[in-house]
Amino acid sequence: MERALFLIFALTAIVAAFNILLRRHPLHSALALLVVLGALTGLYILLGAYFLAMMQVVIYAGAVLVLFLFVIMLLNIRAEEARLERRPFFRWLAVPFALLLGAETFYLVRTFEENPSPSGTSIGVTEAVGRELFTTYLLPFEVTSIVLLIAILGAVVLARRG
Amino acid sequence: MTTIPISWYLAVAAALFTIGAVTVFVKRNAIVMLLGIEVMLNAANLTAVTFSSYFRELGGQILVFFVMVVAAAEAAVGLAIIVLLFRHRETLNVDEAQLLKL
Amino acid sequence: MDVVVEAVIKIVIVFGVVLTCLAYLALFERKILGWIQLRYGPNRVGPWGLLQPLADLLKFLFKEDVRPATPNPILFSVAPILSLVPALMTYAVIPFGDRIELFGREITLYITSVNVGLLYLFALSGLGVYGIVLAGWASNSKYSLLGGLRSAAQLISYELTLTLSVIGVLIQAGSLDLIAIVRAQSGTYFGLIPKWHIFWYQPLGFLLFFIAAVAETNRVPFDLPEAETELVAGYHTEYSATKFAMFYVAEYANILAVSALATTLFLGGWNGPGVERLPLLGVFYFAMKTAVFLFIYIWLRATLPRFRYDQLMRFGWKVLLPLAFANIVFSAAMATTA
Repeated sequence: MERALFLIFALTAIVAAFNILLRRHPLHSALALLVVLGALTGLYILLGAYFLAMMQVVIYAGAVLVLFLFVIMLLNIRAEEARLERRPFFRWLAVPFALLLGAETFYLVRTFEENPSPSGTSIGVTEAVGRELFTTYLLPFEVTSIVLLIAILGAVVLARRG
Repeated sequence: MTTIPISWYLAVAAALFTIGAVTVFVKRNAIVMLLGIEVMLNAANLTAVTFSSYFRELGGQILVFFVMVVAAAEAAVGLAIIVLLFRHRETLNVDEAQLLKL
Repeated sequence: MDVVVEAVIKIVIVFGVVLTCLAYLALFERKILGWIQLRYGPNRVGPWGLLQPLADLLKFLFKEDVRPATPNPILFSVAPILSLVPALMTYAVIPFGDRIELFGREITLYITSVNVGLLYLFALSGLGVYGIVLAGWASNSKYSLLGGLRSAAQLISYELTLTLSVIGVLIQAGSLDLIAIVRAQSGTYFGLIPKWHIFWYQPLGFLLFFIAAVAETNRVPFDLPEAETELVAGYHTEYSATKFAMFYVAEYANILAVSALATTLFLGGWNGPGVERLPLLGVFYFAMKTAVFLFIYIWLRATLPRFRYDQLMRFGWKVLLPLAFANIVFSAAMATTA
């Protein structure tokens, strides 16, 4: 059961990720990312990280991706034309390098082959995450608010200029 | 209930990261490149959550939380820049936006 | 196995009851609007128009499904589903009552209790926007696109207030689990005032929640995404027949869900006199409290004019959001001093 769910979510994530790459219209790519995020939410739940799974939907799907859609619709972007690239050679060079990167990461992953993931009570419940966040990681948490503030200021300044 | 080997999760994360990286390399549309970055961030997040639940240590999940916050900030600023770029240049192709001044 | 069967039965019952309620909510609305405007409302189909929902259903099913010339036919068909599914998924965590004894088993009067219940609801409300935005995009029509854009901006803006207004309740209940939140509201102060959050510390939180919820469900006076005087019908201008019915049902499903949620968070859910002895009475109390909200929704629609778009944004960001922050500070202060 768990394995079946894992396979469903994993395959959905990977297929959708390929769709981000292959689709010509940015809106379709953004929707494919939505599917990736949903599949990852499922994986997080399987891993027992319930709080993060919900935050994933609330923050990523509920806010970040809506912002993407909003901008795509606002600018009324058309699909990319299959025009001549400036440097097509470099573009296709990316593919072998990507394969190399993929091979490397898979090689690293293989070293964990023997370790089964331990099951049992999940640690990612809201209470535990909250306690850690407001004790051990309090300073980073507060710094995050500054990061967000700067981001808001930056976005407003950029929007004003245009 | 069967347990799932940790390497399976890591393999999914590796595949996602690679696809995200290729998206950033190959695509020239600024918005789609940002989407590729999001995919890479999510792949890294999956790795962190996997190890967090494997070592029963919450630090990894906290890290993911911070990554999400930073990703939100990045998307806000990045999209603001993209809107500005589109207004000035009428294009989202990053190759055509190589001039520092207008 | 027993657990699965029990869960499936509960899901079927909840779905049946909720869908019936949605159908009659539409009739309820038309009747009340009629009475407020000194009309009769629908009264032709069945006694007092009680069979009207059935007639509406048949009409929606057998109408011609008109498709606009759109470059995205698949998105056009998927959008109503994306709008309806999150709305219906909400009911999985709403507690309709406590537990009862039946056939020698203890049966809970809610589908499931999850540790992250409230976050789950916010996640769903965040997903609800996709149906509307994509409908606006895929319809290939200016009115729909404007409706979708307005909706995206409005939902993001008011979701902040919606989320922040609940934090006061969370501070007092100490849990994200909706059942725990309801349990925290049982009992009375001085044997008179019920310990509901609306009476104790959270009247402002309740007001903010309700206003934001009206905006989240795109209802009057915040119905700009479908403002008929400017945008024909907003994001669902191009929809007809079954697809339109899905948007219609999704809107009512959201209203009912939000009313039920307001009851759970602020009005003590199933709590009321005599509930300890007769738990089934709790379901009745819950339904009554929810019905009050539904009436207020319709009352608002009959009474208030629509906001202008800049007023909507200013009100959300400059009035509601600061008040929500003030409410959090106030709640935290009360919680630490108590």
